[in-house]
Order: sequence, then C-alpha cells, then structure tokens
Amino acid sequence: MTFDSDFLQMFYGLFNYWIVVALMMCGLYVVITDGNLIKKVVGLTILQTSVFILYISMANIAGATAPIEVPEGAVYSNPLPHVLILTAIVVSISTTALALALIVRIKRAYHTVEEDVIQRWDVKKYRNEKRGRGHHE
Amino acid sequence: MKNAVGGIMNSVHLPILQVLVPLLAAPLCLLINHKKLNWIFTLLVSGFSFFVAVQLLMTVSNSGPLSYHLGGWLPPYGIEIHIDQLNAFVAMIITAISTLVLLSAYTSLEDKNDITQGVNTYFYVAYLLCFAGLLGILVTGDAFNLFVFLEISSLASYVLIALGKDKRALWASFQYLVMGTIGATFILIGIGLLYMKTGTLNMADLAARLPEMADTRTVFVAFCFFIVGVCLKMAVFPLHMWLPNAYAFAPTVVTAFLAASATKVALYVVVRFVFVVFGVEFSFTIVPLQAVFVTLGALGVIVASLVAINQKNIKRMLAYSSVAQIGYMVLGLSIGTATGLMASLLHLFNHALMKGALFLALGAIFYRVGGVSLKHLQGIGKEMPLTMAAFVIGGLSIIGMPLTVGFVSKWYLLQAALEQSWYMVSLIILLGSLLSVIYIWKVVEAAYFKPALADRKPVTEAPLSLLIPIWILVLANLYFGIDTNLSVTTTEQVAQQLLQGGKP
Repeated sequence: MTFDSDFLQMFYGLFNYWIVVALMMCGLYVVITDGNLIKKVVGLTILQTSVFILYISMANIAGATAPIEVPEGAVYSNPLPHVLILTAIVVSISTTALALALIVRIKRAYHTVEEDVIQRWDVKKYRNEKRGRGHHE
Repeated sequence: MKNAVGGIMNSVHLPILQVLVPLLAAPLCLLINHKKLNWIFTLLVSGFSFFVAVQLLMTVSNSGPLSYHLGGWLPPYGIEIHIDQLNAFVAMIITAISTLVLLSAYTSLEDKNDITQGVNTYFYVAYLLCFAGLLGILVTGDAFNLFVFLEISSLASYVLIALGKDKRALWASFQYLVMGTIGATFILIGIGLLYMKTGTLNMADLAARLPEMADTRTVFVAFCFFIVGVCLKMAVFPLHMWLPNAYAFAPTVVTAFLAASATKVALYVVVRFVFVVFGVEFSFTIVPLQAVFVTLGALGVIVASLVAINQKNIKRMLAYSSVAQIGYMVLGLSIGTATGLMASLLHLFNHALMKGALFLALGAIFYRVGGVSLKHLQGIGKEMPLTMAAFVIGGLSIIGMPLTVGFVSKWYLLQAALEQSWYMVSLIILLGSLLSVIYIWKVVEAAYFKPALADRKPVTEAPLSLLIPIWILVLANLYFGIDTNLSVTTTEQVAQQLLQGGKP
C-alpha cells in the first residue's frame, strides 16, 4: 500500500516531467529513425517543445497567480522562465522555418524528400568523384 | 572627428559595441544591396570589431576583467557582459581571421563554381549575423544569452553553408541543422536544469553557487547535457558527422571562416563552463570528464587523420584534419593542468591561423582551377607558385614543423602530457603528426611532381586580392612560430587564472 501511494505520488508529483521526458524521447526517436525530412523537422519541433514544457513546469507553483498586480502576500509564478522560453520559442520557430525552406530547395534539387534516396545519390556521386569521373562538372 | 573616434575607442561601451555593430550592420547590408559597397561595409565592420577586440584585450590584460551591465541593471538580475583575458583573446582571433577572410570575399564571390550567383547581399547579411552571434557567445556573461547567440550564429551558418553551388551543400546544411538543433536543445536543457537548481543564469553567480550543490543529480545531468550539446557544436570526434560535408560543400570563404571560428568558439564555451562555471574539481572528480575527453581526443586524432588520408577532395581532407586538430585541443583540456589548458588554448589560436591560411589557399586554387580534388591540383605548383607555397607552409604548420605555429602548440601539448607521465598520449600526439605528414604530402606530390591533366586548361597565379590575405595569414603562421611572446604569455596567464582564480 505504501509502495503504491509512494509510487503514485512520484508519478503525479512529477507528472509534468514525465511528459517532458516522454516527449523528448519521442522527438529524438523521430529525428533519428524517420527518413522523411519533413517528419524529421516535426521530430525536432517535438524535442524542442518538450524543453519548453520543462522550463514552464519549473516556474509553476500550484495555486499561484500570474505576477501582474499581485496583492500583498499572494503566491505568484516565477515569470523569468516564461520570458526565457518565449525567446526559445522564437528560436525554435526560426529553426523550423529555415529547415522547411531548406527542404523546399532540397526537393527542387534532388526531386525527393527521402533521406535514403538523397544519401544513395550522394554516395554514387562521391564514388564517381573518387574514381576521377565527374570532376568536370 | 578625431575626438569623436577617440571618444568611441575609449568609451566604456566597447564591450557591447563589439556585438551590436555587426548585429545592426546585418540589416543595413540588406538595405545597401550593392555588391561593392556591401563588401566594403562588411569589411569595415569586421575591422572595427577587430580593433575593439585588441583594445579590450589590452585593457583587460592591464587592469583586470571588465563587466558591462546591459541597461544599467546590476549583474545577478540584469544581463552582464563579462570580458576577461580568455574571451578577449578568442575574440581577437575570431575578428582578425574574419577580417582577413572578408578581404578575399569580394573576388571569391565572383566565382560561379563556388557559390550560387546573385546571392551577394544575403551572403553578407548571413555572414554578419554569424559573426555577431559568435562574438556574442564570447562576451556574454549570461548562460541563457549564450544559447540565444549560439542559435543566431548557427542559423546564419546553416544559411552560409547552403549558399554553396553544389546541390550537396543543401543536404549538408540540412544535416548540420538537425545536429546543431539537437545540440542547442541539449544546451538549453542543461541551462534549464542549472537554473532550476540555482535560480540564477549569471555565469559568475552560477560559479559561486554550484560548489555547495555539486553532489546533486540535477547538476550532474545539467553538466552532461550541456557538455554533449557543446561537443556537438565543436565536432568532437564521434559527434563530428556534420562537419566534413558542411565544410566540403560550403563556399570556400565560408569554410575558411567557419573552420577558423565556429568550432573555436565552441571550445571556448567548453573551457568557460568546465573550468569557470562548474569548476575543475567538479568536472574532473565528480564527472569522469578526464577519461571521456582523453579517449575521445585520442580517438579523434587517430581516426580523423586516417580518414583524411583516404580523401581525394582536399577540402574534405582538411575538414577531417580539423576534426583531428579538435582532438588535440580536447586532449589538452583533458590533462587538466595549467600547461594542458594553455596548450589547448594555444592550439586554438594556432589552428585558426593555419586552417584559415589553408582554406583560403584552397579557395584561390578553386577560383582558378574550378575544383579541389587531387586531380585538379596536379601540376599546379608550377602554375600557381605563390598559392601553393602558402599551402605548403600551412601544411607544415599542421604537421608541426619547427618555426611554424603548429610546432609551438604541439610542443606545449607534449610537455603537458609528459608532465603527467601520459606516455600513451604523447605517442598519440606524435603519431597524429606523422599521419598529417602523409595527407599533406599527397597534396604536395600532386602539385609539384605530377604533370597537369591533359584536359585541364593552363591557369595563372591567383589574383592579388586573394593572395594578400593568404600571405598575411601564412606570415602570421611563421611569425607566431618564432616570436611566441603574445600567444604564449596570454594563454599562460589565462590558464593560470582559470585554474587558480576560477573559483571565487
């Protein structure tokens, strides 16, 4: 019984952090295993989002208000992590935008957004170059 | 007018101007939108940053660290710009190399084999942003600002790499983007965990508060995330996969700039966090950083050198050689003594000089020949004697011949390893040098002892605008190999300070 309640307490008490870790792992897994470039970007975004939740969770206090016009003695959340993460969100959006723009260019150059096809093309070109062919290009 | 300039040069606002000027210059470039004016403007901005960096280094060497409070808010609450000898020294290298690289940029951008045409303006914009980001990482005293500047410089460098003519540049840039973003996210996690534990983001404040909570798991995990993230950016051996392609397919100006600056700044971040923020004791006793770094550094030196030998494309070969040189720097850090740290910083300085010279020389060859595989280089020694001579001297520097800078840093590195009786490590350092003889020799052999291919058009010596920066760097390679006064004394002081006064 004690084990159960301890376990539940750990689970619920750190619920946010469990979600963060789960999201982080999902994101990394998608980035690493998926061959589709768009999905890779989605994975990256999930990874970054998990960190946003990490920051916001650490600033949160149960039952606290926002730090705007706080009455004397009231509990309020720490605004600094929120501000920090706002910056990180902007960074994340720019990264995603740049990644998508690159994918558009890659699609135009390689006519595909699948990693293995691009990789195969590159390896072929690399071998040709090593044998001395194709250096006129 | 003279007074105004003097006023700026003596102003207390120098630390922030160094970052602010390139950052604001970037959008201005977009407005100017003129080939030549953009180039002159960017060159001036970079030159200004160089003079500021020299000024700051002199001030800091004479009268101790500078602290600039952004917006007048006091440090633990406001954002602080903290300048000491360490970052002023690195900033001086970065700005100097950047100015030299920019000298050759105008001619190099004309090359339609090297860079997509009609993107001049965007090149300068991205370049200035990257430059501003790197300087920002160097001067900031705030952990979160470090992340933001890191992302500014990274985003700009992805763009710079994607400007390459070869379509593989796009793919290389995308791969770098994925790796770089994972690295940056890890850094963000590390900083978040540190903030969670200490409630501060100011580096000096962190350094003061961390020792009492050094045993907690949060700090341990924060350290691991942070170091792995920075090592990704630095391209330490098993995390270097993005580097060879990115360097090989980026325009040569960009390669020369990134090779001489981006990884160096990442090394600076490692030094700053390992030796100042977390402190040597934490990093080397609680975290087994020494074992990790010594293994990765040694493996990096050997494996990357062996791979470099097997390359036909000289740009890619030099990229792998960079990974090997980063191995040396990591080895220097892992020793953990003042001599080791000093050797590492010295190699940071010297490697920027030699890789800058080599990549710029390759750029000149590319400009004339239109390719940099071994076949292209055949017989080039007679046709482009000055460029090839520069390449050979740069190559000797990589090998570590006496009278070049490469010798100086390897000498101190060996000394540091022998002081600790690490005979295996000293053997590996020597072996790495021998391996670099092989890959440099391959180029020399092709250039001087093989006839030019029949289907290659005869070429002439590179234009003066490319030769001048190359030879300034080459002469710097020789000068700092003979007169080691500036580099050795500065790095020695820095290393002493970090190991003694690292913990306030």
